[in-house]
Amino acid sequence: MSNAKKLSRPLAQRARRKFLRSVALGAGVIGASLLGFIPVLQQWVVRLRPPGALTEQKFLASCIKCGQCVQVCPVEAIKLAELDEGFGVGSPYLDARAQACDFSCDGLQCVLACPTGALTHEINYPHETDMGIAKVVRPDTCLAVLGQGFKGQARGAEFKGLLRYEEVDRWKPILVRDHPYDLELCDLCVRQCPIEIRIAQCEAGKPPSDDENQCPPQHAIRLEAIEDSEGSKRMRPVILDGCVGCGVCEMICPVEPTVIEMDSSASRGISV
Amino acid sequence: MSKFTRSLAELLGRDPKKPQPDEISPEAKQIHIEVRADKTRIEKIRLELAHKAKHGQPEKLRRIRWSVLIAVNLLFVVSFVLDIQLLEGALTASRFVGFHMADLNSALQVILAFKHVVINLLIGTVTVFIMWWLLGGRTFCSWVCPYHLLAEWAEILHVYLAKKKIVKDHPFDRRARTWFWIIFAVLALVTGYTVYETISPTGILSRALIYGPGIALIWVALLLLFEIFYSRRAWCRYACPIGLTYGLVGATSPFKIQYHLDSCFHEGECRKVCLVPHVLDTVIMGRARGLNVDIGADCTRCGRCVDTCPTSSLTFKFKGLGNLL
Repeated sequence: MSNAKKLSRPLAQRARRKFLRSVALGAGVIGASLLGFIPVLQQWVVRLRPPGALTEQKFLASCIKCGQCVQVCPVEAIKLAELDEGFGVGSPYLDARAQACDFSCDGLQCVLACPTGALTHEINYPHETDMGIAKVVRPDTCLAVLGQGFKGQARGAEFKGLLRYEEVDRWKPILVRDHPYDLELCDLCVRQCPIEIRIAQCEAGKPPSDDENQCPPQHAIRLEAIEDSEGSKRMRPVILDGCVGCGVCEMICPVEPTVIEMDSSASRGISV
Repeated sequence: MSKFTRSLAELLGRDPKKPQPDEISPEAKQIHIEVRADKTRIEKIRLELAHKAKHGQPEKLRRIRWSVLIAVNLLFVVSFVLDIQLLEGALTASRFVGFHMADLNSALQVILAFKHVVINLLIGTVTVFIMWWLLGGRTFCSWVCPYHLLAEWAEILHVYLAKKKIVKDHPFDRRARTWFWIIFAVLALVTGYTVYETISPTGILSRALIYGPGIALIWVALLLLFEIFYSRRAWCRYACPIGLTYGLVGATSPFKIQYHLDSCFHEGECRKVCLVPHVLDTVIMGRARGLNVDIGADCTRCGRCVDTCPTSSLTFKFKGLGNLL
C-alpha cells in the first residue's frame, strides 16, 4: 500500500521536497556556523593571547587553529579555546594563573611556529611583545603591602605550573613547587618577572644568549616603599611601562585570590 | 561538452546526463549492443556475487585505506605526545619534518578573512596543493579526513537500519555544497572571520585527537546522528566545502579511477557502495562514452568500487604509469 503510494507520488512533488529539504539544510548549517558570532561580538571572554598575537579581530581572522604554538611552548602555557568561544574555537590563549608565559624559550617559539602570522613575525624578543598589562587588583591582601615575608612553595604542593630558574637549569623549566622560597619580604612578582630578570642579567653584563638586543629598555615592575610614620618595611608592587603582560607575576603570587591579574583588553584592541 | 567540463559540472552538483549517440565512440557502441544481447553473462555474475556475499570477502583496499587514515592522524598525535617533531600541528596546518603544510580550505578561509598571506602560509598551501593534485584531490577526504572514517562507520549503521526499514535515506540537492562553498567564502571575506572553521568537523576532530576532546565534539556527534537516522553520508555528499576545494584541485589530477567498459557486466555493485554514485553514472548499461572512462573529479579515490567490482572493471590509474593495482 505504502509502496504504491510512493510510486504514484508525482515526481514534481518529490523534487520540491528535496529542494525544500536542501534549503533547510543550508539554513541550518549556515545558521549554526553564524552562532559563532555571538560570543565574539558580545566579548564573553577577553583572553590573554600568546606573544605577538595581532589585535583580536585580525587574530581570529588569521589564526588557522592548528595548535603549533601549543606544541612548541616549553612550559605548555598555551591552551586552545572551546566551542563556547564561537569563532574563537581552537584559537590559542593562556590562563596566566595556571601557567604564564615565562619566555623560557627566549626566541619566542610560538611566534616562529605560527604558519599564518596570527602571531606576528615582526617581533623577536620578549620585551617587544604586548600580551596585556598586569594590574594590581587586590593591593590590600598583598604580602609586601602587609609587610610580610613568604616561606615555602609559592602556590602550594599541588600546583603544576612551571618556571625556568636559570640558576637551576638554563634550558629546562621546573615545577614551581620544587623551588620553595624563603623571603623576608615577599617580592615574588618582581623577583620572577622575566623582564626584570633580563634587565638584571644585562646590567650584570651577561645578556641572554649574549645578545644585547635581548635587553629590555624599560622596567616592568618594582616594589615601592610605602611611606608611613612607623618607618616599617612595607612595600607595594607598581606596574611600569615595560610590562608585557606575560602573567608570571599573576602565576607566582602566593595570595589566594591573586593580588595581580593580567588585563589584555587594550592589547587585544577591545574596549571594555 | 568536454570530459573536463562534464567532470567539473558534476562536481558542482549537476546531475549526470545520458550521453548523446554521437558522444559514444564506435567501439563503445559495439560493446553496448553486445552486452544487451547477452543476458546470461549477467546472470552468471549475479550467482558469483551471491557466493561472494555469503563467504564474506573482506574489502582489502578499504582496510588499507583505514590503516593509512588512522596512521596519518596518529602521526600527529604521537608526534606531539612524544615530542618528536615529525608532524607538528593539526590537519588545518602543520609542519612535516619542519616543512610547512596548510589545509587548502583552511588556508583559503584565512586568506579571505585576513586578506594577507605570509610566506609560510604560501609555502604550505602550494606544497599541499601540489601534493593533493598529484594524489587526486578528494583523495584527502577518504584517505586522511578523520570525519570521513567516522562517517563511514555511521554509514554502515545507516545502511543496516535502512535494510531493516527503520530509517530512510533523504537525499539532498548536490548543488547545496557549491552554495556552501560560495557562502562560506563570502562570509570569510565580508565578516573577517573564518566562519567555516567554527563548524568544520575535520578541524574539530583533528584538534580533539591531538589536544584532547572538547565540547565541539557535540557538533560532530549531531552530524553523525543526522547521517545515521536521516540522510546517508549527508555532510561529505552535500555540505563539506573542504571536499569541493579538494575536488577542484583533483579535477586535473593524473591520479584517478578508470572504468573499463569491455569487462563490465553492469551489475551496479560499485554504485551501491560509492560515496558519490553520480561519478559512476558511466557504468550504467549504455552510458559509457568510450572503452576506458576516467571517473570524475568528485571521486574520492577510496577504492571501494575497485574492491567491490567482481570483474575488475574499475582500476586505479596514474597517467603515465600504466594501470596500478
